[in-house]
Amino acid sequence: MKKMTFNKRDFMLRASFFIFVIAIWHFTVKMFDISSLVFPAPAGVIAALYKGIVSGEYLLHTGVTLYETLMGFAIGAIIALILGGLIGQIRILEKILYPYIVAFQAMPKVAIAPLFVAWFGFGVTSKIIITATIVFFPILANTIVGLRSAPREQIEMMTAFTASPWQMFQMVRFPHALPYIFAGLDIGIVLAIIGAIVGEFVGAQAGLGYLILQRNFSMDITGVFAILIVLSAIGIGLHTIMKIIAKRTIYWSETSEDLRQQ
Amino acid sequence: MSAFTTNGIDTKVKNASAFCFQDINKNYQSRDGLNVSALSNINFEVFKKEFVTVVGPSGCGKSTLLKILAGIVNASSGRIEINGMPQKGPSSEIGVVFQNPVLLPWRTILNNVLIPAEIQKRDIKESRKKAYELLDMVGLKGFETKYPKELSGGMQQRVGIARALINDPSILLMDEPFGALDAMTRELMNMELLRLKKRIGATIMLVTHSIPEAIFLGDRVIIMSPRPGCVEEIMDIDLPYEKELSIINSEHFGVYDRHIRNAFNSKAGLD
Ligand SMILES: Nc1ncnc2c1ncn2[C@@H]1O[C@H](COP(=O)(O)OP(=O)(O)O)[C@@H](O)[C@H]1O
Ligand SMILES: [Mg+2]
Repeated sequence: MKKMTFNKRDFMLRASFFIFVIAIWHFTVKMFDISSLVFPAPAGVIAALYKGIVSGEYLLHTGVTLYETLMGFAIGAIIALILGGLIGQIRILEKILYPYIVAFQAMPKVAIAPLFVAWFGFGVTSKIIITATIVFFPILANTIVGLRSAPREQIEMMTAFTASPWQMFQMVRFPHALPYIFAGLDIGIVLAIIGAIVGEFVGAQAGLGYLILQRNFSMDITGVFAILIVLSAIGIGLHTIMKIIAKRTIYWSETSEDLRQQ
Repeated sequence: MSAFTTNGIDTKVKNASAFCFQDINKNYQSRDGLNVSALSNINFEVFKKEFVTVVGPSGCGKSTLLKILAGIVNASSGRIEINGMPQKGPSSEIGVVFQNPVLLPWRTILNNVLIPAEIQKRDIKESRKKAYELLDMVGLKGFETKYPKELSGGMQQRVGIARALINDPSILLMDEPFGALDAMTRELMNMELLRLKKRIGATIMLVTHSIPEAIFLGDRVIIMSPRPGCVEEIMDIDLPYEKELSIINSEHFGVYDRHIRNAFNSKAGLD
């Protein structure tokens, strides 16, 4: 396993650029005297962020949103993996099911979110279901492609050594599909947050999406910005965790990361 | 069931039939729906413990011939017998070595060698022991826990050979196994293959487009010509059983070499 290389120069470069962006933001707002009702200055946003964190308010709402995100992701991913596994193996299933799956995918989830809220209420259930439906498709599509794209020569090798269809799946198709599946899961986890927020926008009693709406109604744009930063941080965190799991699982594959360091 | 029966048997003494092709034809459907004839009227028989080589220009159907025998591809018509029995799909009697070694990158070298044993659900402990012995035999002792990408092309090909032998096949098929190697490694592998041949009791069919390789390794050379692939001539090779690479420069070897080249050239002249 390759050690994380901590490149000091890289870090300095990134930190300086970050400070530069914040400075530009700060001076632009000051120079044009933009109202904090339109675009708040960084200092105000940081203050709001700090207040939200220490008061424990963010913790509660982050907990709710994270719960919806992770549950929705898990349910959507499991269904997508099972269905993708079946469709990837049994061609006739694709012919039968795929038109419905594509039709469902073509429906904008934002447009059907109100339906789910109407059916499953203002609680977390409706958000979990909306999230699951958004997460579902990229994982399904990647699983199918991964299972189908095993190199012909590997299949022929297994055939020559008298492998059964199940052995073929277990020993070649599935391991070969793992990098594709993880790419799908990575897209899925980031979409999952969007799913939870969309659900909360339609109608909720708690969660970061609900909090954004509240701040918006009370014209607290600075507060909205602070929550957006929290959402980004969650997104980056989940994406990073997914990348680490992927790297550990797909230990044999040369990722772009490895190639870049050569 | 020892894999390493040292046999000093003179291979020129004809044994029972190992496999035989009877009126084999193969047509492929090309992308635009046309029928492409890859093999036509293939008829020949190979005897137990023989080492036959198949030589021909690329595209003449050598791989197709081998894949049909391995049960990977179905013939369009004709019959194949293996050990006197009609062929029914892939058989555990056959071990195959592929041109690209086709190792699974997520498995260690040891676990790659064990693939056929796992498929056949052989005793794991015994197979592991056998795998260690085979890796030792092909000169890869100590590489058991490495991954394929850590090995050179020549080493990967040795792993492919060990894998093909793990279930003690009575027939070993090799499709241009050394085609991707540099000339020096290739000659070395040829020598090693001859040594290996004496230790295993298998019948070997090796496909190559190198004329010297075909003559050096084969007890018989099956010369194929393209469009459509058919057997042009079957040539007995009468070289000493114990041979060195230097034999390639001998007068005798040159006669065979020129003969095969003439066979190809006269065919090419007809086009
Ligand atoms: N899967 C396939 N589909 C269509 N044509 C094929 C296929 N495999 C091989 N062929 C054709 O059959 C002929 C023989 O191929 P092959 O057996 O690979 O020859 P060789 O191994 O001697 O180079 C070639 O013309 C090739 O294009
Ligand atoms: Mg070939």
